Amino acid sequence: MISFSQVHKRYPNGFDALKNVSFALESGEMALITGHSGAGKTTLLKLIAAIERPTSGSIIVNGQNVGTLRSGAIPFLRRNLGLVFQDQKILFDRSVFDNVLLPLQISGFDARSSAARVRAALDKVRLLDKEKARPITLSGGEQQRLCVARAIVSRPSILIADEPTSNLDADYARDIMDMFKSFNQVGVTVLIATHDSELLGNAQQRVFTLRQGELAT
Amino acid sequence: MLALKRLLMSPLGSLLSISVIGIAFSLPAGIYGMLENLEAVAGQFSTTPQLSLFLKLNTSEEAVMDVKSRLEHHAGITTIQFISKENALQEFGQSTGLADIAKSFEQNPLPDAFVITASSVPSYQLDELQAELQKWPEIEHVQLDSAWAKRLEAMLGLGRLAVLMLSVLLSVALLVVTFNVIRLQILTMRDEIEVSKLVGATNGFIRRPFLYFGALQGAAGGAVALLITTLGTNLIDEQLKNLMHLYDINWQLYQLSLGDSLSLLLFSASLGWAGAWLSVESHLWQIEPR
Repeated sequence: MISFSQVHKRYPNGFDALKNVSFALESGEMALITGHSGAGKTTLLKLIAAIERPTSGSIIVNGQNVGTLRSGAIPFLRRNLGLVFQDQKILFDRSVFDNVLLPLQISGFDARSSAARVRAALDKVRLLDKEKARPITLSGGEQQRLCVARAIVSRPSILIADEPTSNLDADYARDIMDMFKSFNQVGVTVLIATHDSELLGNAQQRVFTLRQGELAT
Repeated sequence: MLALKRLLMSPLGSLLSISVIGIAFSLPAGIYGMLENLEAVAGQFSTTPQLSLFLKLNTSEEAVMDVKSRLEHHAGITTIQFISKENALQEFGQSTGLADIAKSFEQNPLPDAFVITASSVPSYQLDELQAELQKWPEIEHVQLDSAWAKRLEAMLGLGRLAVLMLSVLLSVALLVVTFNVIRLQILTMRDEIEVSKLVGATNGFIRRPFLYFGALQGAAGGAVALLITTLGTNLIDEQLKNLMHLYDINWQLYQLSLGDSLSLLLFSASLGWAGAWLSVESHLWQIEPR
């Protein structure tokens, strides 16, 4: 489902963010990527969504080589990915409902089935009663759940989250992690980057640890 | 739909840019209408196809009668007015007030003349008639009285060129206005565009509302231009009618036709589209998710 082989990423300023990273994640698996800040977690996730391109090596997602994907095909790759970003990227000029609706509008769903899907996604993250609210009025945990709802509304086969629990207290963090686990139980491949070792407590998932751009085994 | 929403989202800004486009376009449209009017006037005058024939000074009376009968039988001529050299001299003396001088001539310096009206209207046929008459041995000179209409025609051509140049310049202005409006929109919608790209929006999907917006704004500007020109023509027409009434002339100003209006709308809409396209092409690639 997701496989990295000998992936190297050097940024234009000469910084080597990833060095010779190889791993494979099977369909329906759930994995955590841990490591200190600057270890390359975010870069790794960006490579999967083709936000960054690898300097060398190959990245296969859903059978497509992301590294050589032409730019016209990238939107269609991203429609199969649910992304939760570190900086959330919530649009504050529209309601919670409209934020979650955006991916469906973009992939051209008709209005009625979209509304049903948006409500289903909001229900899963327990925000259904806030659908008309402005995102600015939500608490930090609720905003994070809004991002999760937006990531899952188009029912992607892969869910990728970058530090989804940062800035949240332990209860909220556990709450979010439980949600990801429940998505994984219905067959979604889940990959989460976190520096929060608390979350690893009773984890049965695979854990990849990055140290200065290298995968430690 | 989205484009219309954006247009209504900032009513004042939209109104201003639409007005700018409208005013810019009403200028060439107005001048175009004026030219059409002048052309109509020129057409009216050149439909009185008068020629003046001046005979050679030493033409005998028999020869004059001969010319007259030939003119009478000519198929291209409807009316003939003979002005003898004596009459001409008298008239010269009266109209200039130089009767004394006219009397003092030893010999009448003026020729016999005919003023004829040709039956044919188009100017090229008048030219032919002129050339034909010029060849007659008794005739010294043939003057086409509608020659000034030709000069007006030439000036109208110049005017048309000016309209063209003005249109080109103002079209560029419309492009620039649209370019800037769309650029500002893209900048304020940066977040939305970035998120859209991240959740799988194609460039076409992002570009489309901007293009529609540009076309819509252009068309609205064109409509404003039409409104201004129509209003202006009607106002002038009202005044002109009073004036023309004094001179006993019945004359209706030319209004832009339906075809003119439609092509103006279409033209401004496509220019708006083009401006939006240029703007989107030059700014959208700068917004890539990081």
